[in-house]
Amino acid sequence: MQALYAQLLVGLINGSFYALLSLGLAVIFGMLNIINFAHGALYMMGAFCAYFLLNLAGIGYWPALIIAPIVVGIFGMILERTMLQWLSGLDHLYGLLLTFGIALIVQGVFQNYFGSSGLPYAIPDELKGGMNLGFMFLPIYRGWVVVFSLIVCLATWYLIEKTRLGANLRAATENPTLVRAFGINVPRMITLTYGLGVGLAALAGVLSAPINQVRPLMGADLIIVVFAVVVIGGMGSIMGSIITGFSLGVIEGLTKYFYPEASNTVVFVLMVLVLLVKPTGLTGRAA
Amino acid sequence: MKQKISALLFGTALTLAASGALAQDKNIKIGVLTDNSGLYSDLGGAGSTLAAQMAIEDSGLAAKGWKIDVISADHQNKPDIATTIARQWIDVEKVDIFMDVLNSGVALAVNNLVKEKNAIMINTGAATSDLTNAQCSPNTIHWVYDTYMLANSTGQALVKSGGDTWYFLTADYAFGHALERDTAAVVVKSGGKVIGNVRHPLNSSDFSSFLLQAQASKAKIVGMANAGGDTTNTIKQASEFGIVAGGQKLAGLLLFITDVHSLGLKVAQGLNFTETFYWDLNDDTRAFSKRFSERMKNKAMPSMVQAGVYSGLIHYFKTVDAMGGNPHDGIKVVEKMKASPTDDPLFGKGTIRADGRKLHPAYLFEVKKPAESKGPWDYYKLIGTTPGDQAFRPLSESACPLVKK
Repeated sequence: MQALYAQLLVGLINGSFYALLSLGLAVIFGMLNIINFAHGALYMMGAFCAYFLLNLAGIGYWPALIIAPIVVGIFGMILERTMLQWLSGLDHLYGLLLTFGIALIVQGVFQNYFGSSGLPYAIPDELKGGMNLGFMFLPIYRGWVVVFSLIVCLATWYLIEKTRLGANLRAATENPTLVRAFGINVPRMITLTYGLGVGLAALAGVLSAPINQVRPLMGADLIIVVFAVVVIGGMGSIMGSIITGFSLGVIEGLTKYFYPEASNTVVFVLMVLVLLVKPTGLTGRAA
Repeated sequence: MKQKISALLFGTALTLAASGALAQDKNIKIGVLTDNSGLYSDLGGAGSTLAAQMAIEDSGLAAKGWKIDVISADHQNKPDIATTIARQWIDVEKVDIFMDVLNSGVALAVNNLVKEKNAIMINTGAATSDLTNAQCSPNTIHWVYDTYMLANSTGQALVKSGGDTWYFLTADYAFGHALERDTAAVVVKSGGKVIGNVRHPLNSSDFSSFLLQAQASKAKIVGMANAGGDTTNTIKQASEFGIVAGGQKLAGLLLFITDVHSLGLKVAQGLNFTETFYWDLNDDTRAFSKRFSERMKNKAMPSMVQAGVYSGLIHYFKTVDAMGGNPHDGIKVVEKMKASPTDDPLFGKGTIRADGRKLHPAYLFEVKKPAESKGPWDYYKLIGTTPGDQAFRPLSESACPLVKK
């Protein structure tokens, strides 16, 4: 029984990463209608950004949590301005292919210079060590990841679903021409939204740098699972992707305990089941 | 019509055979089949291709009229992709010899094909000891290391120093299974006990769940029967979950210098494991590694897999040169290679056994503390050497049909 609690908690930790990443994807898909396959590469860039800040400029983990998402977010906005914006109104497939190509290029460039084994990034001193919960030894850093990503997820949900800015944004997706008539600069808003989604990916990257090696392929390994999360949760649904992110982490954690061999397929089995029963995803609305 | 075609084919075959025998063919094509983009690409990958090129340059065969080409491809750690490439290489590209071929699953698949087509494989990357045991082939030489040797050296040393209960964390494919099997056998033979195991999918990024199970087992040793990125992530996360602080010891059953470099000494210090090559062993290895590292994009030192590509090719070149030409006959060349002792600057003097096992010493290393290291890549302390004739599976235990008993 104790082992089960521990697995649940570990699942929740992984779920935090799924939630953060799928949230970014959901924001981008919901607002821009782009299937952002470059998300994994941008997540990886966040982790590398933290690594560079520490090793080249001596800037530690805490400032990196803010700086890396901004830097990578700006990179994302440049991508949107120079490339993605020309695809608006075209079939989803074009955006998917373009972002997939970008991901391959970015990963290739990083792999060329840094190899595939990755680089070390230490846990910040304040979050070192762990506490004994009775049923497991919880590293403090992992606890921090769960709490922090939960806060970020809820804040993003609030921003988009409950504020005036979010309302404008949602309106702009529904009917850009009409929203423009109200004097709102829609293209700028879309660029900023893409920047926000990308920033969330980079933030997840910084959070994961001390846990995983900072590797060029760290995002490529994760992105497929995250896409499954988004599909299960319902494309474009903010709350849906947060809840599915956390719960799939838990389900995966349990699989790792009961039948470890299937742990990297269980998410896809669930995806197939959900698509068969409810093609719009658990919380998705019909298009 | 059918008869005509077969007659034609027969005629062509005859002419080809005759021309091969008459003119001394001095062409060689080397195929480096490896992981160029995935989790093992640092320990093989582009470095293996570079090692092959350096072997060609150092062999001096070009001056004697030989024409040697190298091609390389990414098998993506998938046996089906690997065999498709290998088939095309043999049939269309006329590749004579396969080098590297890391990943045990891939190696076993390519091993069968190479035998069927009478080509040559000098395997320097795969770990499974089956390549020279039940699955041995007259066309294959297993050059650098294998699971039996790793288990024998690291496993025995750890049990002797008091680690008598083991829990395995195993990569769920041919390699992990072989390494776990061979190590468990050594543990039991040396008086230890295996408490349990968990098998994780290849290329996992999160090991916390598996590590918790290892922790709960209370085994003294957590044996990591995985490699590359999987091992580095396991080690890093194990320190996070306080596995070592809690009194358990991690055993890296297969670690490469590129893994240690990636982990950093702070995390990797104190780990014990076995390799058959280290750049800082002697003047010859240092000289080669310096030249190698200067030509690598990320200035990395050679791994034992890459060093093996160089060493294996040097012996192959000596053999075909002595034969006066390339007969394009795998079995014939491999027989000659087995008949003569090996000697090269990286692995020193050695021999190749009837089962295809190359013999050389195995070194037990310990990773230095950060204070002991003089700089990047100065990572290992040598703590023990097993001579070549004792390091590998004795022929008396071999299930290889090539071994006469």
